[in-house]
Amino acid sequence: MRESQWWLISLGAAALMVLLLTVHMGLMHLAGLLRAAGVDLGDVRSFAAVMARGRSAVQLIFYLLFLAAALYHGLYGLRSVLLEVTPPRRQGLLSGLVLLAGLAAFAYGTYVTVRTFTG
Amino acid sequence: MRAKDGLQGRAAAESAAAVVTVRVFRFHPETSAPPRYQDYRVPAAPGMTVLDALVHIKERLDATLAYRSSCRMGICGSCGMFINGFPRLACQTQLHTLGSLVQVEPLPNYPVVRDVVPDLEPMVRHHTSVRPFLIRKDGEREPPTAEYLQTPEELEGYLQFAYCIKCGLCLAACPTVATDPDFTGPQALAQAYRYCADSRDDGLAARRAALDSLHGVWRCHLAGACTEACPKGVDPALAIQLLKRLAVATALGLGRRRLAPQAPPPVAVQRRPDIPAPPPPTVEVRHGGGSG
Repeated sequence: MRESQWWLISLGAAALMVLLLTVHMGLMHLAGLLRAAGVDLGDVRSFAAVMARGRSAVQLIFYLLFLAAALYHGLYGLRSVLLEVTPPRRQGLLSGLVLLAGLAAFAYGTYVTVRTFTG
Repeated sequence: MRAKDGLQGRAAAESAAAVVTVRVFRFHPETSAPPRYQDYRVPAAPGMTVLDALVHIKERLDATLAYRSSCRMGICGSCGMFINGFPRLACQTQLHTLGSLVQVEPLPNYPVVRDVVPDLEPMVRHHTSVRPFLIRKDGEREPPTAEYLQTPEELEGYLQFAYCIKCGLCLAACPTVATDPDFTGPQALAQAYRYCADSRDDGLAARRAALDSLHGVWRCHLAGACTEACPKGVDPALAIQLLKRLAVATALGLGRRRLAPQAPPPVAVQRRPDIPAPPPPTVEVRHGGGSG
C-alpha cells in the first residue's frame, strides 16, 4: 500500500474514535449530564452494569473497534515520530516493530474483551 | 585612457569603502589539514555582493579559494552558500546587509567538494527520481507532434513552481533533509508538483512511487524553511501540501482532470515571405510512441 493509504486509514481511525469516544464518554462519564437531559442510564459503573456490558455483543464489537482504531491511530503517530530519529536503513525494521507491537496489543485486548464476553 | 580612469575610480571607491571581515570555510579534501575558517578583510563598496567579495579575495588575496559561480545575476543557481547562518545566493546578497563580519560556509545537507563548493549530487538524484518532464499516456513525446492547448488558468496552476533554478538552497534549509537523506526534498517535490499540475502532463502514476512513499511527501513537516530560503519566490512547502492532496485524491479515486488536447495541424497555411524558414534540425526527431 502507498503511504497515502496508510495516512487515510489513520484519518479514518481518528474519525471513528471521535464517534466511539463520544458514545463512551456519554455512557461512562457524562451520565449526570444525560440525566439532566432526561436520559437516565442508572449506575453505569456498578459491578453488575460493567459485567452486563461485557456480555453484550454490541459492546464487544464497540470495544474491539475502539481498540483497533486507537491502536492504529496511536501507533501510526508514534511511528511517524520515531522515524524522525531512525536512520533510513532501519526504518523498515521500525515499521515492522511498531506493527508487531500493535498486533500484540490488539491480540491481548481482544483476549480480555472476548473472555469478558464469554464469561 | 578610459579603462585607466575606470580602474582608478574603482580603486578610489574601494579605498573609501568600509572594510568587512569575510570569514570563509576552508577545506581541501586532498590535504590532511582539518577544515578551518580563514578571515579576509575586504573593502565593501556600495552595491558589492558576497560573490563580489569572494571574487576580490580570489583575485587579490588568496588564489587558492574555491567557490562556484556563473551568471552573477540570480539565474543560474550556482553560487548557493550558507551566509551568516542562512542559505542564500552569494550573487544576490549585498554585503552591507550582513554587518561587519560575514561568515561564508558551504551549503548544509550536502557533501563538501572543497571550501564553499557543495556537491549537489543528492539534489540531482532526487530531482531525476521524480521524472521532471512531461509524461503522456497517449505516447506523445518531446517534441510533440502538435501544439498543446493550455488555458492561462491552467498555466497559472503551476507557473510559480517552474521558476525553480535548482540552486539547492531549499534542501540546505530543510530540517527533514538534515535527518533523512533519503527524503525526496523540497526541490524535487516542487518540481514533481510542477509537472503533475501541468494540464499537458499525465504522469502522476509514473511519479507516485517516488512521491507517495515513506521518504516522499509524507516526510515533510511543513517547517516552511524551504519557502523562506528560495531566492526565486517559489513556494516548495505549498507544492508539497498540494502533492499530498493529489496523492490522497488519487488514493480515493478522485480529482481526475482534463488532459490538454493537441491543436489540430494547421491547414492551408503559408509562410509569410518576410519570415525566414527555420534551419534544418541538427538531431533526428522521431514522433509518436515507443521508448528510447
